[in-house]
Amino acid sequence: MLSVRKLSFSYGDLKVLWDIDLEVNQGEIVTVVGANGAGKSTTLRNISRLVKASSGEVVFDGVDLLRLEPHQVVERGIVQVPEARRIFPEMTVLENLRMGSFVKATRKDRARNMERVFTLFPRLKERERQLGGTMSGGEQQMLAIARGLMANPRLLLLDEPSLGLSPLLVKHIFEIIKEINRQGITILLVEQNVYQSLKIAHRAYVVETGRVVLSGKGQELLADEHVRKAFLGM
Amino acid sequence: MIVFLQSVLSGVLIGGVYALVGIGLTIIFGVMRVINFAHGELVMIGMYLTWIIFTGLAIDPFVSILISIPAMFAVGALIQKTLINRVLGALPENQILLTVGLGLVLSNLVMLFFTSDYRILTTSYSSSTLRLAGLSVSTPLAISFAITSAITALLYWFLLKTDTGQGIRATAQDRDAAQLMGINVKRMSLLAFGIGAALAGTAGALISPTYYIFPQVGGVFTLKAFVIVVLGGMGSVLGATLGGVIIGVTESLAAVYISAGMKELFVYVLFLIVLLFRPAGLLGRSRV
Repeated sequence: MLSVRKLSFSYGDLKVLWDIDLEVNQGEIVTVVGANGAGKSTTLRNISRLVKASSGEVVFDGVDLLRLEPHQVVERGIVQVPEARRIFPEMTVLENLRMGSFVKATRKDRARNMERVFTLFPRLKERERQLGGTMSGGEQQMLAIARGLMANPRLLLLDEPSLGLSPLLVKHIFEIIKEINRQGITILLVEQNVYQSLKIAHRAYVVETGRVVLSGKGQELLADEHVRKAFLGM
Repeated sequence: MIVFLQSVLSGVLIGGVYALVGIGLTIIFGVMRVINFAHGELVMIGMYLTWIIFTGLAIDPFVSILISIPAMFAVGALIQKTLINRVLGALPENQILLTVGLGLVLSNLVMLFFTSDYRILTTSYSSSTLRLAGLSVSTPLAISFAITSAITALLYWFLLKTDTGQGIRATAQDRDAAQLMGINVKRMSLLAFGIGAALAGTAGALISPTYYIFPQVGGVFTLKAFVIVVLGGMGSVLGATLGGVIIGVTESLAAVYISAGMKELFVYVLFLIVLLFRPAGLLGRSRV
């Protein structure tokens, strides 16, 4: 479905991604794990075209994404839920959700999708008139995921959805991610919470300083000596 | 008491037009983080456009906005596409140089074609007045206020209720997040500058029956719009609306009770006092 080949990217003179290769197949949960600053978020920002890759290719269903503008990537069905949620602070929950279905082709499904995300996150229904900026971190994360789902994603890119949340909420968010995947949405998840994400992932990639150093099935990597030492403290 | 009410009323009426200029500037700033120092020149272009249409085609200034609104929208969109777009994300001083320079070019171009003579647009009702609840109101001011209110209401509806309007607000609140929603932020920027220019041009058209028209008139409006926007809170449309009316009333009261020549002084003193207590402006954070 999505294949990233030899993707490189630099911030000015500083090269931060070195020939990243990764593959996401229809229906999978794929996770990219690694330490802070390893280049996980930058990879997602390249796929969404928020930054311009220096070389390599990103192909989604046969289309080279590196030729597209960010909004065209969304129109093709790749939707990113960004790091730090990036809720529109001066808009209500309803308005934020409405912006999620800004793409013309998704507007006709707006009411149905709204219904769907309220079933997934009943809390948002209670808060529908509240301004995004005044909600708690956990609620904002729910809203960010819900807003992403409003765009009828085929591939959902999740950037650090568990960041800064309480352990209970982290568990809840990972449950939700599994549920969304069960509903047929393919997921590419970037996380620092290595244990939780490897547990739910079909396949995983480990990145260190801008390179993919390890890849395999989620369960396999959980048992891997290097992963256990470097990330799980075992 | 009559004098007081009278001057408050005329202040509110002229303040409505100021608000239009300020709203345009604040929308442009909100979406692009660029302060358009050529904003007053767009008001000036609107005045000349109205004057040309009036003298050439004998179309009433208040009717001619039907022509000048789309024309000014196109001018704004063109400026955005060819000039402003190149400095988005550049250093602020580069942006300032560009818009200040654009303002100079516009006013000097107009001077080249129309000389620096003062033009007056005299309509049959230019100096007539209406009686309203015991107060007298200048007819052109009253008409322009009615039009201003209608346009402002329409704009609020657009920004709050339509997808495109919400897209403009979303872009202003978080440009990256907006792109991740599939919002074409370049198109939103084009719309924002177009709307800003159209509002400035409309304001120019509306005041042309009561104001001298000359190439340098823009400077006054750039400064005024800037004060209005900062007073109301940068990027806030509601703040700019409020700011415009406050400035209008302050000017009017100062002119009546102190001296017409010193009205600007009071505007700036008020401006400084407000900033002293509310550094982010009156509505530094608001939904629109």
